[in-house]
Amino acid sequence: MSASYQKRRLVNFIAFGLTGGCALLTLGVLFFILGYVTAHGFASLSWSFFTQLPKPVGDPGGGMANAIAGTLKLIFLAAWIGLPIGVLGGVYLAEFGGNAFGFFVRYAADVINGVPSIVMGIFAYAIVVLPMKRFSTLAGGVALGLMLIPIAVRSTEEFLKLVPRSIRESALALGIPRWKAILWIVIPAALRGLLTGVMLDLSRVSGETAPLLFTAFGNRFWSSGWLNPIASLPVMIFTYAVSPYADWHRQAWAAALVLLMLVLISNVGARLLMRKRIRAF
Amino acid sequence: MEAQNIQAWFGDKLVLKNISMKIKPRQVSAIIGPSGCGKSTFIRCLNRMHEVVPGARMEGRVLLDGADIWELDPVLLRRRVGMVFQKAQPFPTMSIFDNVAAGLRLNGLRNRRQLSAVVEQSLKRAALWDEVKDHLDKPGTGLSGGQQQRLCIARALAVSPAVLLMDEPCSALDPIATARIEELILTLKKNYTIVIVTHNMQQAARVSDETAFFLLGELIEFNNTRTIFTTPGDKRTEDYITGRFG
Repeated sequence: MSASYQKRRLVNFIAFGLTGGCALLTLGVLFFILGYVTAHGFASLSWSFFTQLPKPVGDPGGGMANAIAGTLKLIFLAAWIGLPIGVLGGVYLAEFGGNAFGFFVRYAADVINGVPSIVMGIFAYAIVVLPMKRFSTLAGGVALGLMLIPIAVRSTEEFLKLVPRSIRESALALGIPRWKAILWIVIPAALRGLLTGVMLDLSRVSGETAPLLFTAFGNRFWSSGWLNPIASLPVMIFTYAVSPYADWHRQAWAAALVLLMLVLISNVGARLLMRKRIRAF
Repeated sequence: MEAQNIQAWFGDKLVLKNISMKIKPRQVSAIIGPSGCGKSTFIRCLNRMHEVVPGARMEGRVLLDGADIWELDPVLLRRRVGMVFQKAQPFPTMSIFDNVAAGLRLNGLRNRRQLSAVVEQSLKRAALWDEVKDHLDKPGTGLSGGQQQRLCIARALAVSPAVLLMDEPCSALDPIATARIEELILTLKKNYTIVIVTHNMQQAARVSDETAFFLLGELIEFNNTRTIFTTPGDKRTEDYITGRFG
């Protein structure tokens, strides 16, 4: 066996070990976080966590029912604001975006995607909270909805582009007008992917804390309507984690676990949807 | 159908150079030639599918029953000049029935009884009816490759075109499925004008009445099929059909 072959084997072994090790490390970090949060959170999780309001300091027990409902309410509002614009914009990019305008929109979406989320919070603060002179569910929903737009634009575009060009051409060649071909043939073909994308997009914004700090603000009670401050899991975690009370720390761990599960479930659900979709092609 | 001085570009690249061809009604015209010679581009100019590709454009006149196709709405033109592609591509979310009905339904026909009649007639004409009549509600993508291609032919026939353009319709099929499609082409020519692009010279010889030979974007020779394959007028045609290049 020649020396060069030996050397090549060694280099191969090192390179393989390095890449494999880093891949394992990535997985390890994920499981470490999951395990750590679960271990801490599970102990503090109880039925009352899901059904009761937070208790005052020193009063043990209580829950975060209002924050769980608040997070869902904020996501609902964000979806109504962000998804129509994001999804329709994505359809435009995928179907008509081959021009300079499309390039510009795509670029802008990528830039906004990279903007720190706290900046989106400040923006929502400036356009909603300041004029209305109050923190509100609406302001939180606007902040998350604005974040959602560029994310949804890109995911919609990506999933529509998975539909083969030949399907579009087949439709056009039948004398079907372009808009009908897109609405009735291309979008249905991509529907599962689009739903997957939407779920991933929503799970992505559902964990955002910074944009909510000075928009939805937080609330220790049930929030009525859309114009009052509202509690949310991420903000609750933040508030409780930085507090000096051991009991609140435990609650924060439980909230973290619930939020993590929310994100995980919608992620896994989205992937399962996606798997079926690929089989259909 | 008649093409006059067709030139076509992809971006700056000229891919069709001054092609003129008179396509006789209710006959099969085959277009042969090596890859990249512009045969597909040419038939895509006939139903204005060429312009769908970003950066593509064409010049020249195409007459359909004496009328210039540039004066027609491309959507209406494509209902009269149907197309079948190389890769059979049933609409993935649709049943066999819906696939065939798609062209009519998406152009506003809602009457279920009329749709059923057209679907049955189109599937019969595409020689697929007997194989699928009992499961019209199954997805079109569940059929075999050859069946899918016949489904696409039925789908194209459903909007009752006068001309059917076929872009290498058998290149992804096995010999048995190919034979069925060729048989079908010979039946269809009683009612339709057919232009077929093919890589397969035997196929051109088997199914066509007239054959055109394209090379590097030029129409080298266009004559009846027997003449092309027995006594070609051009040296390059002879070289190609005898397998000396391409």
